[in-house]
Amino acid sequence: MKPFTKFSSRIVPLPIANVDTDQIIPARFLKTTSKEGLDQQLFYDWRYEADGTPKPDFILNQPRARGAAILLAGDNFGCGSSREHAPWALTQFGFRAVISTSFADIFKQNSLKNSLLPLVVPAEAHAMLLQAVEGDPDLEATVDLESQTLSVASGLRIQFPIDRFAKMCLLEGVDQLGYVLKQEEAIAAFEQKRSVSINTLA
Amino acid sequence: MPKTIIEKVWDAHVVREQEGAPSILYIDLHLVHEVTSPQAFQGLRKRGLRVRRPDLTFATADHSIPTHDRSLPIVDPIARKQLEQLEANCREFGVPCEGIHGKRQGIVHVIGPELGLTQPGMTVVCGDSHTATHGAFGALAFGIGTSEVEMVLATQCLLQRRSQTYQVQVDGVLKPGVTAKDIILALIARIGVGGGTGCVFEYCGSAIRSLSMEERMTVCNMSIEGGARAGLVAPDDTTYQYLAGRPYAPRGAAWDAALARWRQLPTDEGATYDKRIHIDANTLTPMITFGTNPGMGMPIDGVVPSPETRSDPQERESLAKALRYMGLEPGKPLAGKPVQVVFIGSCTNSRISDLRAAAAILRGRKVSPSVRVLVVPGSQAVKQQAEAEGLPRIFREAGCEWREPGCSMCIAMNGDQLQPGEYSVSTSNRNFEGRQGKGGRTLLASPLTAAATAITGVVTDVRTLL
Ligand code: SF4
Repeated sequence: MKPFTKFSSRIVPLPIANVDTDQIIPARFLKTTSKEGLDQQLFYDWRYEADGTPKPDFILNQPRARGAAILLAGDNFGCGSSREHAPWALTQFGFRAVISTSFADIFKQNSLKNSLLPLVVPAEAHAMLLQAVEGDPDLEATVDLESQTLSVASGLRIQFPIDRFAKMCLLEGVDQLGYVLKQEEAIAAFEQKRSVSINTLA
Repeated sequence: MPKTIIEKVWDAHVVREQEGAPSILYIDLHLVHEVTSPQAFQGLRKRGLRVRRPDLTFATADHSIPTHDRSLPIVDPIARKQLEQLEANCREFGVPCEGIHGKRQGIVHVIGPELGLTQPGMTVVCGDSHTATHGAFGALAFGIGTSEVEMVLATQCLLQRRSQTYQVQVDGVLKPGVTAKDIILALIARIGVGGGTGCVFEYCGSAIRSLSMEERMTVCNMSIEGGARAGLVAPDDTTYQYLAGRPYAPRGAAWDAALARWRQLPTDEGATYDKRIHIDANTLTPMITFGTNPGMGMPIDGVVPSPETRSDPQERESLAKALRYMGLEPGKPLAGKPVQVVFIGSCTNSRISDLRAAAAILRGRKVSPSVRVLVVPGSQAVKQQAEAEGLPRIFREAGCEWREPGCSMCIAMNGDQLQPGEYSVSTSNRNFEGRQGKGGRTLLASPLTAAATAITGVVTDVRTLL
């Protein structure tokens, strides 16, 4: 995983509550056995007509979404399934942070493992951000994970929380599997004292 | 200090706890299916790792598997590749797998319990959000993403933060026509789809105690729809009776030892929870959803709510958007609304008791000629049991399609799907836009409601047919 660095970008607003993973990437695209090529499928059914032509009024099809790396989402973003295809599709499109008042648990975990920052802000800050972006579609924001601040060109500065471990993993590009693999001794010791339950090979 | 069952199971599985880092939690059972595992196996290959504990791992094909005659070739080349990939990966890494022709194949959350793999006090994970189903046994069971699947395959451990505890107490007696599905739909309608975020539910109370294991699975299954990653029921005699004699359940002295351990699991007197809610089962009615998330549910004799009644602007917009998608008008009842499809299946409601309940309504009746009715058993074992009881004949004579086991129209990955604009009453767990096929409109309900609707062709309160 590459270290998560400070960046600035336009903000793409999608202020709908409870956006589920079936919207982020519909299930019919999950038959793939690879992680690649999912950017086209991001929000597919909101983004394209039945014949594949882009719907011009959907935000991701508008010029302001081109090259943007920040999605301003509604509450409880990413609810539904555990498919990691959701953060894969978002990062492949170019997003590096999603801002919301809350995230569904599994989506949040999956995002952190893919260098996508789930950035939680209070409801008032969310409303102010949304208002600012609606007033100026080209408004830029800077995400600085190190200092945990989101600063908007309009002058708004928001401090955001993040779990210490997650922050360290993102900043240093720590590979979590590598981290657990290093705990081999503790895992083996635990297995020693564990009472046997099942054997699927029997 | 008195502990809840959630804390007991957690504490018993902590391999290591370090200040400032999530806990390393040991996993007793890892279930695998074709959709969320290929990239994980690929990851192992890239790093040159093996599966640490194939003996605690079990795979099956369910999501993209066709539910028509299994002797026919799979027409969708991408689905075929995914299914073949699962079997190849499992062979390569030594993981037991019930593939396309597996005699014990079925929906991952149906076969775990029926094989006796799922046991009280275990930690269970699967790359699937409905893993909470296994909580019915007093196991701590949660859905994980593909990176985590890879981690568990490689280390048998998961990095996890302790969740908050949320007690869901349901007391009273369910009225005729009201089922376990209605309990969980009512809970989610009350707390919303984000209500349990960061929490594990413990379902308790007299109404939960009197549920069968299969009914408890229905309740736990939809914990994720209330935002919780897991939900469980403390084990009791109902649990032990269900487990005894199952293929992977302990036997003899091992059974006695396990039973002694399991009896220690229930929440201690005086233990406290971070959150609680109480539901009176006596007042519950059959439930149905009207919107595009499972929290948008109401009693079947209710009327579709108006976005105007929502004070929060995001919520108002979500509801308005949902009603536009669903083609429903505020203030109107759902009962009497024509539907084109009825789907009886999914890890929520495809076990034998669900099929029996539906068959009891359909016996000697005909489904409306305007409705396509799909009955999809959850596993090969459920299918065989249903056949032994003569259920397929009842379904066929009524005019339903009787299929091979799989997820089928719950997720519409295998060709079973709604056409744009069609309405379906489904016993599955998600009514998201396009969940059952692009443009399809899903109304979630119990197998009883689904069967009643199949007969009349319009959304029907099953109590009018009892
Ligand atoms: S039946 Fe539906 S919800 Fe259950 S595992 Fe299959 S796709 Fe997921």
